[in-house]
Amino acid sequence: MIINHPLLGPRDSAEFTYMGDARLIDRPDPQSDTAAQEFFAYGYLRDNPAGWHEELWFHEAGDRSWLVVTRNTLTHEISNVALARDVARSRGRSK
Amino acid sequence: MRFSGLRVIKEALTGHKGWTPVWRDPEPQAHYDIIIIGGGGHGLATAYYLAKEFKQKRIAVLEKGWIGGGNVGRNTTIIRSNYLLDGNEPFYEMSLKLWEGLEQDFNFNAMVSQRGILNLIHSDAQRDAFIRRGNAMILNGADAEMLTTEQIKARYPYLNTDDARFPIKGGLAQHRGGTVRHDAVAWGYARGADSHGVDIIQNCEVTGFKIENGNALGVETSRGYIGAGKIGCAVAGSSGRLMAHANMRLPIESHVLQAFVSEGLKPVMPGVVTFGAGHFYCSQSDKGGLVFGGDLDGYNSYAQRGNLPVVEDVCEGGMAIFPAFGRARVLRMWGGVMDMSMDGSPIIDKTHIDGLYFNGGWCYGGFKATPASGMCFAHLLARDTPHPNATAYRFDRFEKGLMIDEKGVGNQPNLH
Amino acid sequence: MSQINRLTGGQIDTDKTYKFTFDGKSYTGHPGDTLASALLANGVRLMGRSFKYHRPRGPLTAGSEEPNALVELRSGARQEPNTRATTAELFDGLVSKSQNRLGSLKFDLLSINDRFSNFLTAGFYYKTFMWPAAFWEKIYEPLIRKAAGLGSLSLQDDPDVYDKGFLHCDLLIIGAGPAGLSAALTAARRGADVILADEDFRMGGRLNSETFAVGDQSGAEWAAATVGELSNMPNVRFMNRTTVIGAFDHGIFGAVERISDHLPTPAEGKPRQVLWRIYTRQSILAAGAIERPIAFENNDRPGIMLASALRTYANRYAVTADKRVAIFTNNDDGHRTAADLHAKGVRIAAVIDVRPDIPRSTDYEVLQGEVIDTKGRLGLTFAEVRLADGSMRTLECGALGVSGGWNPNVHLTCHQRGRPIWNETLAAFVPGGTLPPGMSVAGAANGDLSTAGALRGGAAAAKKALGIKGRLPALPQSEDAPVNITPFWYVQGCSRAWLDQQNDVTVKDIKLSHQEGFRSVEHLKRYTTLGMATDQGKTSNMGGLAIMAEMAGKTIPDVGTTIFRPPYTPTAIAAFAGRSRGAAFHPTRLTPSHKWATEQGAVFVEVGNWLRAQWFPRAGETTWRQSVDREVLATRKSVGICDVTTLGKIDVQGSDAAAFLNKIYCNGFAKLAVGKVRYGLMLREDGIVMDDGTAARLAPDHFVVTTTTANALPVYRHMEFVRQCLFPDMDVQLISTTEGWAQYAVAGPNSRKLLQKIVDVDISNEAFPFMACANITICGGLRTRLFRISFSGELAYEIAVPTAYGDALMRRIMEAGAEFGVTPYGTEALGVLRIEKGHATGNELNGTTTAQNLGMGRMVSKAKDSIGSILSEREGLNRADDLRLVGIKPVDPENPVPAGAHLMDADGPVDASHSQGYVTSACHSPNLGHAIALGFLKDGANRLGERMRLVSPLTGVDVEIEIVSAHFIDPEGERLRA
Repeated sequence: MIINHPLLGPRDSAEFTYMGDARLIDRPDPQSDTAAQEFFAYGYLRDNPAGWHEELWFHEAGDRSWLVVTRNTLTHEISNVALARDVARSRGRSK
Repeated sequence: MRFSGLRVIKEALTGHKGWTPVWRDPEPQAHYDIIIIGGGGHGLATAYYLAKEFKQKRIAVLEKGWIGGGNVGRNTTIIRSNYLLDGNEPFYEMSLKLWEGLEQDFNFNAMVSQRGILNLIHSDAQRDAFIRRGNAMILNGADAEMLTTEQIKARYPYLNTDDARFPIKGGLAQHRGGTVRHDAVAWGYARGADSHGVDIIQNCEVTGFKIENGNALGVETSRGYIGAGKIGCAVAGSSGRLMAHANMRLPIESHVLQAFVSEGLKPVMPGVVTFGAGHFYCSQSDKGGLVFGGDLDGYNSYAQRGNLPVVEDVCEGGMAIFPAFGRARVLRMWGGVMDMSMDGSPIIDKTHIDGLYFNGGWCYGGFKATPASGMCFAHLLARDTPHPNATAYRFDRFEKGLMIDEKGVGNQPNLH
Repeated sequence: MSQINRLTGGQIDTDKTYKFTFDGKSYTGHPGDTLASALLANGVRLMGRSFKYHRPRGPLTAGSEEPNALVELRSGARQEPNTRATTAELFDGLVSKSQNRLGSLKFDLLSINDRFSNFLTAGFYYKTFMWPAAFWEKIYEPLIRKAAGLGSLSLQDDPDVYDKGFLHCDLLIIGAGPAGLSAALTAARRGADVILADEDFRMGGRLNSETFAVGDQSGAEWAAATVGELSNMPNVRFMNRTTVIGAFDHGIFGAVERISDHLPTPAEGKPRQVLWRIYTRQSILAAGAIERPIAFENNDRPGIMLASALRTYANRYAVTADKRVAIFTNNDDGHRTAADLHAKGVRIAAVIDVRPDIPRSTDYEVLQGEVIDTKGRLGLTFAEVRLADGSMRTLECGALGVSGGWNPNVHLTCHQRGRPIWNETLAAFVPGGTLPPGMSVAGAANGDLSTAGALRGGAAAAKKALGIKGRLPALPQSEDAPVNITPFWYVQGCSRAWLDQQNDVTVKDIKLSHQEGFRSVEHLKRYTTLGMATDQGKTSNMGGLAIMAEMAGKTIPDVGTTIFRPPYTPTAIAAFAGRSRGAAFHPTRLTPSHKWATEQGAVFVEVGNWLRAQWFPRAGETTWRQSVDREVLATRKSVGICDVTTLGKIDVQGSDAAAFLNKIYCNGFAKLAVGKVRYGLMLREDGIVMDDGTAARLAPDHFVVTTTTANALPVYRHMEFVRQCLFPDMDVQLISTTEGWAQYAVAGPNSRKLLQKIVDVDISNEAFPFMACANITICGGLRTRLFRISFSGELAYEIAVPTAYGDALMRRIMEAGAEFGVTPYGTEALGVLRIEKGHATGNELNGTTTAQNLGMGRMVSKAKDSIGSILSEREGLNRADDLRLVGIKPVDPENPVPAGAHLMDADGPVDASHSQGYVTSACHSPNLGHAIALGFLKDGANRLGERMRLVSPLTGVDVEIEIVSAHFIDPEGERLRA
């Protein structure tokens, strides 16, 4: 597969390490009253869609960016690649 | 019809006119006591044991395509019970014992071949870990033996011990492990289940569940609605897709695992060998093909096909220990979709919906588990309590922190 | 025997003669021959035996789809089993052997199987061999395995080198026949970067096998001229002998180039084969079509082959399989073979055509009818023909060309699970709607079976691929015959009529499979093994599908096809591995002191990709234990030095660096003073221990973190995840500096005295106490990081210098330490020292242990949020009787306490359900004079002093042990604070 890195252009996916669903960005609030339940769902439950999937790839043999790749799990087609940091900020993560 | 050598001779002498379909092709009825979704090894085994061991009646297996078309027909055919953890080892040892009597039980030669499995050891830490594992196996009533490099070389003289990057420092053998003709397992269970009255309905895809007030009442299918007293789901690889119809999110991701077979060769591999410092394991089929595999491609996929980097990685592992296999040719590569669970171990449990039962999360260990999975799932469906050897395979183990993590890599499915 | 069946013409060089052997007998051939064409020229039709019945077989084809003529090529370590004689290029001195036989090829003792064929029908083995159960492994299976298989491996290491390469192009064209060449011309003339790959050694495809004109040249001449033009263009890369084996995601293709397979041995410095990964923008599949046979009784005798193959042998290789040839066809194409062979002077016994309106010929007899049987034990002698009027004819012939129509070669179009669609006119599957992205198909592969159609299709596909507007370029005139075919799959009434000739699958087997309910095409394949041979069913599948459709009362497209899988043709395992084998399997990482350690005679051990010194034997030491004991004792007594460069090192900088480490570690770091080091325990988000190490605060905004050797990469990846994905606005930067710094542990009571000799600052206990750290200089100015940390439990330091100075520093320390008898120690002594001290490492941090298991439960701070803190509170990870890290010692000091052994109650039963824990790490303690171990024990913290049983049935150990503190040496920690 080829991942079109937002900074570096098209790179072979073999340069990357895969982690999983990009919802892993959405770490729950540890102060929440239901934190235990939320962390369980965050850590263990997955949508696992047959179709479009936003997922985290790490450019381990490259610039060490975490990327959010939108990829179809049925065809492996990739429709979008973004820096995970930008995605995280857009979802309200900060410090 | 009972199969036997005599029967084969009789049919040969009378023009093979007496052979009948190995299983019937019935029309679905309006209602069954128990519906099993998934005509793979686990689903068919479940139906077989439900009918035979638990004397249940009015059972149907619904298969969206052709039976045995999932991972039971796409694996590398290995059976073993060389597990470490208490939650697993008794279950897999039970499975191995069931394999040992399977063919006589369902009267179909699945070529269960206990030719032995050998895990190579390449470091002292690995030896310590394998000793712990071997001890756990023996303490659970399984067999295990530690072999020296010399003993291994006697059996596999062409193993690379000359310029190996990771020298071989012995191996853990399970002599009762081995291989099975994978398709025949599905067919044998289908034949057995059918002969006990189970309806095996192919080309019948489940498209939804009918759930009212927390009770599962039946399934919508491509061949119409079918009511059910209980519904058991055994569709590993597609668990996420199926259970989404019941609005369930699972502790499972679907990943592709590739496997490979070489052209036919005269016998060279007496047993199964796994490489401990790379991603490679190999056996040789009765037809002569080297059957081998390695690691997951590593990304979520339902595509049943993989990519070159992993193909190369697996063959590099092969050449690292078996440089004499270099001129053997890869004939076919294929991919299967694995239910990769969050701790690498399966789930056989009730769901929060009454009457809806789940069997999945087999990672790439489902084939060897087929008989025990069928037996334990049948036990759960028939008696509503888990089988004593499958009590750990619960949904709530993640919430409670009772993971069964053989590899110790945590909640990242592609690492298991 | 001379080349009795050699004709004139062809594309072989008869000026040169090659000698070769087959089964020990010598023959001659010419450059341009394949092994099969040369053997046929010498009158040899019998080249192999089938898989199951050991039937005599000759070549069916003249290409890579060959199911029958498989040989063991070459000898010794280069022996290649299952090599297709039809594609093996002849070279001088070639050695080949037939395979899968017991006895000689002519008198194969296993051909007895054929006599019992009626008992050995499809799937017979599923129904028998079950009693008694133990006989399967002992008797039945060994017999089956011995009879099965095809060729043999030499079982010597493959002596050849294989390479890998990467190519990029605008357009990859697969197949250099008329369509491929036409596409290449069109694209190359527009300046596109083109790669043209063909599995054959000669470009031109069917043009080399046919007698058609293209423009005013012969097809072969046109192909040669086109190749000439293209090869002068810098934007075209020609790759003959290159098989594109698979279409993978995102336009990446795998291809194998056979650099040296046409030579006796690879030239000096050259690989045998190269695996290319080709990255393409667009691709055109122009792989042609494969003719299919018709099934009839005994249609597998040597001499019976595809009509197109006979034509290839005659036109390209100037060979006929026999002097008298008959043709059996259901379409016009079969007649071409008769005409071409007749023109070459071969006697045509007759053309038998199943169709009512058959083309007539004045040159030979054309009959309407069917071949219903053949004769000839080791090669065809007669064909029995039933004419349309019911009368019978016996034709004498030594070769029979069979043409059942052509199948477009759709293989690569289906590698991404696309399915082909049925074309009624061709009676064949053609590429379907879902091709791999970027791929188009041209020529015969797309169902355009005429030469003109191929030229047009190729040019059109190139235009489309490159987005070129306008009309097609002018193309030369060529034949444009329509396809005229009446589907005809098998002769009614036949039973032993072969479909899959390699796997011995007959028409009868397909019918039996249907009768037994194996009715899906995948069941059919798996039950009968149809199409599972080394040709993946290229010549056999269609016939099976047609019979299946007939049995089920369905159409062929309703029956469907099985899935085509890579590789297109079988590919050497070594080609996929490339140079990653033997010592080069993985890269080897060496520490900066490696050269020095080698000079000391160190024994090295693999630690991941690193090589580390395991111990340093000295003269007179005969066992490793002697060396290790000496190193341990010397360190505890005076001073030792150990290379710890392999530990992961991560630089953490930024104003939020402390806040970041507070997230990463479960214990607190915000208040760590500058100049201090703290032990850090890192959890995964699931609450399990991920790694441990130290973090040293060199400045308010600068920390240096260490990880274990094994986890250097995963921990760095994890930290970047936390930084980029969870806390993107933290002002913190990370960089892995593992390779940047050489680091040595200097441990032992004299370590301070030693180091004080080389450092430029005061490192007295007051100035530089336990857990201090600093940027200092040594040796008069070399910048250095010094940490007062101890893994051994002794007064100890870790000293780090830029990698380039690592070797020099080691030598300097050894020099400075001579007066203290400084002793280098390896990983074994390191392990002993840490077990004596009770420090956990990888054996204890095995991915299932919690902080509580390690006795560090209270380190998980409740006062702050950190990764893993919430999920670490789950009930299953906090049971009262949890496993705890304990020390273990034998009651009888002579006894071992081996790692991997299980702890049992002294007087309880010994089985899995009563296991109380297990030993993680063990060693001999030279300081205590007996074995010691660390392990996990249920409720271990409350069981110190308890006597238990330690069992390792695997290794035959069963000893009495005592549970003790994990800190065997200096539990109060006085030494390290000294």
